[in-house]
Amino acid sequence: MTFRFTVNGEPVEVKANGSRRLLDVLREDLALTGTKEGCGEGECGACSVLIDGDVVDACLVPVSQAQGTTVRTVEALAIDGRLNELQQAFLETGGAQCGICTPGMLMAGEAFLAGGAEPTDENIREAIAGNLCRCTGYTKIIEAIALAAQRRTDA
Amino acid sequence: MPNFVEPPIESPASLEQAYGLLRDGDGRPWRPLAGGTDVMVQITGEIGEPPARLLDIWAIDELRGIHVEDGALLIGALTTYTAIRRSDEVAGLVPVLAEAAATIGAAQIQNRGTLGGNVVNASPAGDTLPVLLAVDAEFVLGSSDGERTVPARSFWTGYRQTARHDHELLLRVRIPLLSGREVRFRKVGTRRAQAISKVVMALSWRVDGDAWTDVRLGLGSIAATPVRAPATEAALEGQAPTREAADAAAAALSAEIHPIDDVRSTADYRRAVAGRVLHRLIRDNGGW
Repeated sequence: MTFRFTVNGEPVEVKANGSRRLLDVLREDLALTGTKEGCGEGECGACSVLIDGDVVDACLVPVSQAQGTTVRTVEALAIDGRLNELQQAFLETGGAQCGICTPGMLMAGEAFLAGGAEPTDENIREAIAGNLCRCTGYTKIIEAIALAAQRRTDA
Repeated sequence: MPNFVEPPIESPASLEQAYGLLRDGDGRPWRPLAGGTDVMVQITGEIGEPPARLLDIWAIDELRGIHVEDGALLIGALTTYTAIRRSDEVAGLVPVLAEAAATIGAAQIQNRGTLGGNVVNASPAGDTLPVLLAVDAEFVLGSSDGERTVPARSFWTGYRQTARHDHELLLRVRIPLLSGREVRFRKVGTRRAQAISKVVMALSWRVDGDAWTDVRLGLGSIAATPVRAPATEAALEGQAPTREAADAAAAALSAEIHPIDDVRSTADYRRAVAGRVLHRLIRDNGGW
């Protein structure tokens, strides 16, 4: 089967079994290796991407369900090689340590910022509750998302 | 590359097409695939035999949506937990369902996982299922033969077994709206998000003077299926929510359930915590 959808602004056409995980299509067929595989069972959030703006685990989405959608991965965040506010905030606060959770944390953070909820500690914690950081660096990640929210409000 | 086989899959665009595929006479059962949060884990084969083939129903939009009809709240099988949390109808009429949906996984799971998937996956730990038992929900199943309705109470027939026939799909959940019904929900897990329940319960009742009537107690993670607790319900029926009633109900519950030890908890803990959580629910509503 051929599936057509948009990835990071570009239309793509993928020939695959419809039950192939979107995660494998992104990493192996489209060579977008920014999205990481952690647990492969929807527990860790390392493979978080946005489908039509909603944060999802790419390991749980068959490519058949990507048909006609708009997918965004961590590769879409930087513009012309410049980090966006959220990435910049992760850099400044020390929100990235070993890095394996970072792409997923960034995408969950993007979905949270786009949703426009108050960037309270409680709300940010709920927004990244589906993303595990094995370095346990949550405090800096929460600070980064709050900082990016502040800068977007100021801008 | 994943080291498992990607099963054959079909993605019908309409119920009619889906019904046709379900009757294709091939002999291999279809596993319906909704939001994928359970089934996509099962295809890896790490937790038992992977499904022989998948029927991806995600594109069948007629299975989405929430509305009120004939004194009942109707929720399409493909309605996600996120949609339930955002629904004005749910917030106004059965807010406990939104409360339960909010405890499932986190945003990534709630954006894909569906109410119908929770029902049909038939995990004894399914977090919305005690709520559906406590509010006397009914499940509408459809096939090329037409529709039929099965009460939640008789739907889960054994460990991960349901009353759904292989050629049927769950279409919607019907929750009768009762005036004066109160429902409370509690989930006990290791942490607040991304936790599978050790014990999960929903208690419903109506108030008649000082007394509680029409008491229903739905429980998860304490038996092979989601269950009601009839002896405990009987202990509460017609009682005011006093300390004595709470003591009797908690004792009845601990005697009535037969949980098991497994990777998430122990039988002893589950029995003890179930009684205490029920006691607390009654106390919170008895004002003592």
